[in-house]
Amino acid sequence: MSAILEINGVTAGYGAAPVLQDVSISVPTGTICAVLGANGAGKTTLLRTLSGLLKPTAGQVVFDGQDLREVKVEHLIRLGLAHVPEGRGVVTELTVDENLRLGGLWRKDRADARRALDEVYQLFEPLQRRRSSAGHQLSGGERQMLALGRALVARPKVLLLDEPSLGLAPRVTAQIMALLRQLRDDTGLTVLLVEQNVRSALSVADEGVVMSLGRVVVSTSAEQLRGDDELRHAYLGF
Amino acid sequence: MDKLLSLTFIGLSRGAVYSAFALALVLIWRAARIVNFAQGAMAVATAYAAYSVTKATDSYWLGFVAALVGGLVLGALVERGVMRFVDHSAPLNNVIVALGVVLVITAIVGMIYGNQFLPFEGPFDQRPLMVGGTGLLSPYDLFVLGTVLLIVVLLALLFTRTPVGLRMRASAFAPEVSRLLGVNVAGMLTLGWALAAAVGAVGGMLVIPTELGLHPHAMDLVFVSAFTAAVVGGLDSPVGAVIGGIFVGLVLTYSTGYIASDITPVAILVLLLVVLLVRPGGLFSTTAARHV
Repeated sequence: MSAILEINGVTAGYGAAPVLQDVSISVPTGTICAVLGANGAGKTTLLRTLSGLLKPTAGQVVFDGQDLREVKVEHLIRLGLAHVPEGRGVVTELTVDENLRLGGLWRKDRADARRALDEVYQLFEPLQRRRSSAGHQLSGGERQMLALGRALVARPKVLLLDEPSLGLAPRVTAQIMALLRQLRDDTGLTVLLVEQNVRSALSVADEGVVMSLGRVVVSTSAEQLRGDDELRHAYLGF
Repeated sequence: MDKLLSLTFIGLSRGAVYSAFALALVLIWRAARIVNFAQGAMAVATAYAAYSVTKATDSYWLGFVAALVGGLVLGALVERGVMRFVDHSAPLNNVIVALGVVLVITAIVGMIYGNQFLPFEGPFDQRPLMVGGTGLLSPYDLFVLGTVLLIVVLLALLFTRTPVGLRMRASAFAPEVSRLLGVNVAGMLTLGWALAAAVGAVGGMLVIPTELGLHPHAMDLVFVSAFTAAVVGGLDSPVGAVIGGIFVGLVLTYSTGYIASDITPVAILVLLLVVLLVRPGGLFSTTAARHV
């Protein structure tokens, strides 16, 4: 299977000390790849580097055959790379509908943007009911749905998801994970899933990458990570 | 009673101009978290452009258009050429740079046009229409109120009904998320400055004919009044800016009408002080909701 996202020897960080050191990850098309690791392992920094919010000091990121160093942050969504940042990134001052429309504003074809919006409303029934509510009136689960839905309005090829389970009830987290699996199976969506919640991430992931102190320490199939007790004890702490 | 009625109408008309000017301050505050202390000077510069165009063409309206376009261009230039390069980590940096812009603009218009008052006429009669022996609004006051109402309606439509308005609001509230969603945040910021400066330019066009004339410092006191209006309404709230403008207009008109005619500068500062002491967030601020 070909890789839609290739991270080759990326080093990046804030100021002098790099957070990521020589990170290489290959994400096959149409899979869910879980990036696991403790706080401070560099997971969020990895996603920020992938979407260009942070410039790598070394290495390159190739998305769908294109070197992302040459692409502006604002253009990634047009190429099919959507990033749902940590803390969900719902614009709390805007309504649900405005948040969702924001995800499709880059489209030139208005009718298509409308269709993409309707698809998301069908996928997330609760959002339909709350379309005029302001973002700050939503529950944590609804916000996560909104952030996810807003990214899906772009019909991305690759979804970068930063800690979607953060602060959510286990039942809601399970729903989100089930949805990711459904999207992968139905639409061939590729997901790079950064999680601290190892169990739920591995429950849906095909591939697993473990990071520690800014480096990739294990890169293998999720099945192997689920099954290998020694590996789990050593790097994931359970 | 007649005096109260008459003063109320004058206050409304004056307040409408403060509303427009306060609205311009709020636009930039929401977009960039900067209080644009150069707004008065920028409006003066566009009024001088209008003066030149009107003088050359003998048309007030071409001058008005020149001020509007000049405002758009000047706003964009100040943002792209100056404010973008300011280190925003300390709020005082913006203030100092904005004051620097004031000095530069004032000096340049002074060099070109001189530092004396130039005649600056409005397009309509400023004598109040008499109704039952009481002087109410003048045709010019109606023009002012109508123009400000139009600005408010157009801005409200722009921000709530158009894709570019949605982009501008999103960029202001969540710049990073907006970029990830494909919004050109830097462009929206420039547009915000351009729009605000155009609104400020219209404010200048409306108020200068009611004062002594065009002068490099013609907008100084108007700026302080509008700043007070914006603070009264809460710098975050466009609706607050409009109501704050009317409120300040009324307070100033009543105090000059009932206390003394030359009390305006003191009254403005007292009002500003009271508001800052009692409710620094403004009466209509939505700051609390922003931190949820």
